[in-house]
Amino acid sequence: MTIFIIRRLVQSVILLWIVSIIAFLAVYLIGNPVDLIANDMSTPAEREAAMRTLGLDRPLYVQYLTFVGRAVHLDFGTSFMSSLPVSQLIFQRLPATVELTIFSFLISLLGLPLGVFAGLYPKSRLAKFIMSSSILCFSLPSFWIGLMAIMVFSVYLGWLPSTGRGETVSLFGVSFALTWSGLRHLVLPGVVLALFNLALLIRMARNNMLEVISTDFVRFARAKGVSERRVIWVHAMRNIMIPIITIQGAELAQLLTGALVVEQIFGYPGIGRLAIEAINTLDRPVLVAYMMLTVSIFVLVNLIVDILYGIVDPRIRLGGAHD
Amino acid sequence: MTVPTLSVQNVCVQFDADGRELTAVDDVSFDVDPGRVLGLVGESGSGKSVTALSIMRLIESPGRITRGNILLNGHDILAVTEEEMRHIRGSRIAMIFQDPMMTLNPVLRIETQLIEGILAHRKMPWRDAWTHARDILGQVGVPSPDERMKAYPHQFSGGMRQRVVIAAAMLHEPDVIVADEATTALDVTTQSQILFEMQRLCSDRRTALIWITHDLSVVAGLAHEVAVMYAGRIVEMGPVDEIIDNSMHPYTRGLMESLPSRNQRGRPLRQIPGTAPSLANIPAGCAFRTRCGRATEICFQQPEVMEPRAGHSSRCHHPVN
Repeated sequence: MTIFIIRRLVQSVILLWIVSIIAFLAVYLIGNPVDLIANDMSTPAEREAAMRTLGLDRPLYVQYLTFVGRAVHLDFGTSFMSSLPVSQLIFQRLPATVELTIFSFLISLLGLPLGVFAGLYPKSRLAKFIMSSSILCFSLPSFWIGLMAIMVFSVYLGWLPSTGRGETVSLFGVSFALTWSGLRHLVLPGVVLALFNLALLIRMARNNMLEVISTDFVRFARAKGVSERRVIWVHAMRNIMIPIITIQGAELAQLLTGALVVEQIFGYPGIGRLAIEAINTLDRPVLVAYMMLTVSIFVLVNLIVDILYGIVDPRIRLGGAHD
Repeated sequence: MTVPTLSVQNVCVQFDADGRELTAVDDVSFDVDPGRVLGLVGESGSGKSVTALSIMRLIESPGRITRGNILLNGHDILAVTEEEMRHIRGSRIAMIFQDPMMTLNPVLRIETQLIEGILAHRKMPWRDAWTHARDILGQVGVPSPDERMKAYPHQFSGGMRQRVVIAAAMLHEPDVIVADEATTALDVTTQSQILFEMQRLCSDRRTALIWITHDLSVVAGLAHEVAVMYAGRIVEMGPVDEIIDNSMHPYTRGLMESLPSRNQRGRPLRQIPGTAPSLANIPAGCAFRTRCGRATEICFQQPEVMEPRAGHSSRCHHPVN
């Protein structure tokens, strides 16, 4: 187990290094940010000066090495646009995204019982209703659902705010939206963001339940006289959780890296929107840092998923070590 | 006259398939007495497993028992509530399934799977249940049961898993054990060990055993009585020696003759022509007539059960002897 984790961490360092090169090169190829900063009136000399201030006049490999040298100390430089340290920018935005992630992930977990129900009683009306609604949640694009939600709940009904994060409270230097207004601002983007994963969970739970419930080991558990509740929640559930945990890990990581579209539509100040702003302004340090953060989150979540996996499924032995 | 441990009377099981009623088990009756072994023989699709599941009342939708009675020590288990039936399952009637690789839940420890079987029927401290389960595991021939209790199914061989399954069936010393192809998936030496073990355990405890198999040679060595099933019906039933030496039904004859061990060296193996009919198109009348060399006009009518010799019955218009 320990060997497995160490090996995994070494692998992720290599992965991060490769991603840093790709990210750096890709962002370099997109264009020169000075073209955006400087207006039409600026002279070549002014542009020259801007290039020098931002360090863009030096050869690419020097820029890269400087970046790596600072990045190991978690210093990702200064944003070209706001002149603030990149780590500070991300740290400002991260709590909002984490909040949105937790909120919408919790909502989407409702899909598990709904899917289990649909798998146990596939012919019931409710199950058919659940399944057809899940197709809608699956196939309608989130920007459309988001816009419709704003139109209905904010414009027509006026129940919920449509943009921003509302009032926040600051605890230990981190801002939390644990106020009435903050929670109200979380509802629309949270629900819209949850729909896809909710539908995914419903379909996964249902299909796996249908499969597992007709296996011999479920029949054997019934033949032992074990109560139906235990058959479903212990025998069947443990088995359907294995594929679900894998997918949910990926989904959680996806949410944590910022919902680019949903944050944009709801003007929600998370890191997804930070990334989009950085793309629009070719803010290289922010972009590169965002990509590194994304990769780190994926690596971390996958590590946790693998550890959970070994707990749920005894057939999987981490690192080949015997217990 | 003593009451048989299990008495299956005129049981029919039907499946509803796209509006058509398919009969998987048709008017099946047999009795098993304490300590006796009934061999239920037939090809795949003959209704053996459905018969087994109907004894457990574990037929899943769209199937259901449409007729008949199943008496356990004289009480009809088709009449009890689902909750009462749950208490009978595993404690009075236990079942062993075909593939030991699939029967145990892969993510639960052996101890969990055995102990839940105990606690489902008896209130006792977990610790006592553990000890009881461990003892049974030792009795069915699992070496060092103390350590094996903690193991998961994938750490066992097929034979050992089947022993665990047998232990689970033995937990409450049931009156009846239904074993559905319990040794089919095992290799020959393991099969004979398990058969020996089952024979010993059941005669010690006077458990009635229903041994379902397609392998007549297994039944010949194990069973006291044999029932041969074809297309959902019992076509011949009687004491094991009678069935093997004096079979009356052409189908039983065919099964016997297709056993390689009974063939004369150098002669081509005999076989029954054709294949067993599928549920959807079982021939009217005698279901075997399409594959039978003795069939005539009259075989288009369903033959009644005839018992020319005491205890040996068959359903055939043209019995062999």
